[in-house]
Amino acid sequence: MAVEYIYPDYEIVRNQDRCIVCRVCERQCANEAHEYLPDSNKMVSDDAKCVNCHRCVALCPTRALKIVKSPHTFKENANWSGKAIKEIYKQAESGGVLLSSMGNPEDYPVYFDKMVLNASQVTNPSIDPLREPMETRVFLGAKPERIERDEKGRIVRNLPPQIQLSMPIMFSAMSYGSISYNAHESLARAAAELGILYNTGEGGLHEDFYKYGKHTIVQVASGRFGVHKDYLNSGAAIEIKMGQGAKPGIGGHLPGEKVGRDISRTRMIPEGTDAISPAPHHDIYSIEDLRQLVYSLKEATDYKKPVIVKIAAVHNVAAIASGIARSGADMIAIDGFRGGTGAAPTRIRDHVGLPIELALASVDKRLRDEGIRNRVSIIVGGSIRSSADVVKAIALGADCVYIATAALIALGCHLCRSCQTGKCNWGIATQREDLVKRLNPNIGYKRLVNMLTAWQHEIMEMMGGMGINSIEALKGNRLMLRGVGLNEKELEILGIKHAGE
Amino acid sequence: MREGTFRNVSGCAIIGMISKTGRRFSGESIIEAVATMRERSNGLGGGFAAYGIYPEYKDYYAFHIFYNDNLAKKECESFLEEHFDIINLSRIPTRKIPEITDEPLIWRYFVLPLPTKLAASQLDEREYVVRCVFRINTSIDGAYVFSSGKNMGVFKAVGFPEDVGRFYKLEEYEGYCFTAHGRYPTNTPGWWGGAHPFSLLDYTVVHNGEISSYDANRRAIEMYGYKCTLLTDTEVIAYMIDYLHRRIGLTLDEICHVFAAPFWSTIESKPKQEREELKFLRNVFASLLITGPFSIIVGFEGGMMALNDRLKLRSMVVGEKDDMVYASSEEAAIRAIQGDLDRVWSPMGGEGVIVTVEGRE
Repeated sequence: MAVEYIYPDYEIVRNQDRCIVCRVCERQCANEAHEYLPDSNKMVSDDAKCVNCHRCVALCPTRALKIVKSPHTFKENANWSGKAIKEIYKQAESGGVLLSSMGNPEDYPVYFDKMVLNASQVTNPSIDPLREPMETRVFLGAKPERIERDEKGRIVRNLPPQIQLSMPIMFSAMSYGSISYNAHESLARAAAELGILYNTGEGGLHEDFYKYGKHTIVQVASGRFGVHKDYLNSGAAIEIKMGQGAKPGIGGHLPGEKVGRDISRTRMIPEGTDAISPAPHHDIYSIEDLRQLVYSLKEATDYKKPVIVKIAAVHNVAAIASGIARSGADMIAIDGFRGGTGAAPTRIRDHVGLPIELALASVDKRLRDEGIRNRVSIIVGGSIRSSADVVKAIALGADCVYIATAALIALGCHLCRSCQTGKCNWGIATQREDLVKRLNPNIGYKRLVNMLTAWQHEIMEMMGGMGINSIEALKGNRLMLRGVGLNEKELEILGIKHAGE
Repeated sequence: MREGTFRNVSGCAIIGMISKTGRRFSGESIIEAVATMRERSNGLGGGFAAYGIYPEYKDYYAFHIFYNDNLAKKECESFLEEHFDIINLSRIPTRKIPEITDEPLIWRYFVLPLPTKLAASQLDEREYVVRCVFRINTSIDGAYVFSSGKNMGVFKAVGFPEDVGRFYKLEEYEGYCFTAHGRYPTNTPGWWGGAHPFSLLDYTVVHNGEISSYDANRRAIEMYGYKCTLLTDTEVIAYMIDYLHRRIGLTLDEICHVFAAPFWSTIESKPKQEREELKFLRNVFASLLITGPFSIIVGFEGGMMALNDRLKLRSMVVGEKDDMVYASSEEAAIRAIQGDLDRVWSPMGGEGVIVTVEGRE
């Protein structure tokens, strides 16, 4: 074998006693890992083509298939891991930048897993959500700094535009293009049924989905794809995407082969052309430029839509957020370095940015220190994996969280991290019609509704345990958190005490 | 350990009484009433707020100050002289009783801001006084201003409330409103400043409960320049009242809708105008919502307010007799001093009972 040969990471194990040669695996695998041998009437597999997405495993009627980690290994080396060696082989062969998808999988600390929650005992009763009202409704948007009254002494309701949510969770930006029509439809319908919002991402809004406008955040990104007046006015809020947690400082690239008729119409670009989002917005080279875009969008929508500015969590995030809060934005979305992506340079994804927990804690503190916390709502994502992460994020100071990877997993994603190939066997990250139709939006939306209904119940249980019956009393309530196994500096940044204190 | 170095949660007894006509009466009866609820205190803190007790100095801020020693007193007095015109100063009269020991130096000053200093500060008078109180309490070691309103005063100590009342000779004061507090802390601070009521200007708070929203409320209110040094619920609630009432200009009724906001399901069932107002208050002041059990009695110039948490997780009874209105953790405490009530009822969770002296606010 030549030097570029890389033994596959995973092996497809087929129990020939169980295999009935129905060829489902062969039909289901867009990577063509399975093959039928007519001469011997047997199925065989090519491990090298397998991305470990479990599509064949899930659909095999006789449970004849499983995917196992290959025991094949390089000589042990604490410095040169097998992964590092293989990546060099690939680059020596191709001369290219390594590409990856979904969030940073490397072994950095997950601070959510090092924080524990409080519960009431004796001095203060816990509250049973099955017996008492338990409220998770939140409003996002800037709050007025003083009260005005009319001549009768009644309060003038001088509120800037707000978003009302049934729970502090929204679906984060995923463009039509990076994910399929059916995935988008599932998200839109689930958001409408749940009373929350989903986000178009930077790919514009398909005309079929304008009817979900009240539950839609329309995004304006550096490529400005699909942005026009009706688009801006169709949503409940507008998000300016300055950055993404998975690839801070990097733009986006939807290859031409994914730009079919529908996507071309939605993005307002010719069919088959690459859709390239530049790294910066070329009209925003500084904070004062951002202010101009914020107000341009507000002018275009008659000051009726709140504007979100989304940034990746980077080292100076607190100061950047403070600048954004003073630039007319109604909300700041912060995306941590574990946030997902349809495709990103591996080195960027794995080495740039901050854990969202630290970014959130320092932004919340900075805005409070400067007395401007009420001017903006804070939305955090990247990555929120469960209702416990939601509760911890709110207790650290977030108004709301964004989820995307969790939503895709609910739709069937198995985190094989091969989105960039466009051959998603689950019909999510693909534009191939035969694959897209595998995701049934009637089932997909219901699964999203189920997941978030379950999360909402769990949030209520955790709140009730803490003796809190309304989510606003949890926001920024850091006494409800304790760190486990964190050092002094980490505790200081998170603004929490250590367990036992 | 001094109060403020740890979070101290307490169970408690509270009671308040007010004459709607502004008739002044002796502090004797509140001592008698609160003594009934001895079971609800454990001797680690008791105190009173009394309104209308200094008519001869009613235009001056009455500062009640604890000093650890004469050094602190000297430093504090030089600060006071620099910022205020001191009209009168004296020791607060006390009675030596075996139940109350280890008292600090307890002094009273009637003051007005120095006009030149006030003008230079560009603050309104009350804000100027508040900032001076914070300055003393946070930067002069061993000095603690525990009362700073006009024509009113707080009297508190470590001990059972009835003993604290006798210690301060409360029966010799006459006022139109008194509130009292007996404390059952889960820690043993033994610091007099940590007893209740907690006060700022003429706002005083006595509180029974443990609020689960504490840190959300604390971090929200600290954004507006307040400094929560005692880590008690009562302190943060007092600052929230000062902020919403004095600085934002909400009415007491509106403050009840912020602190113990109606549930959304209740709000949705209201007529449009009211619904929109309630929704506005809940949205704008979301971080000042108080959850968890509490009953509070708030005293202020010309009135008294009683409020329960929205689930009514702490007891509170209100009684009326002629010009008098009583609010208490237990009906027995009211009955002890007024057996013949015209009306007695338990206010609903979140339903504020606001009593103002005729002709006031």
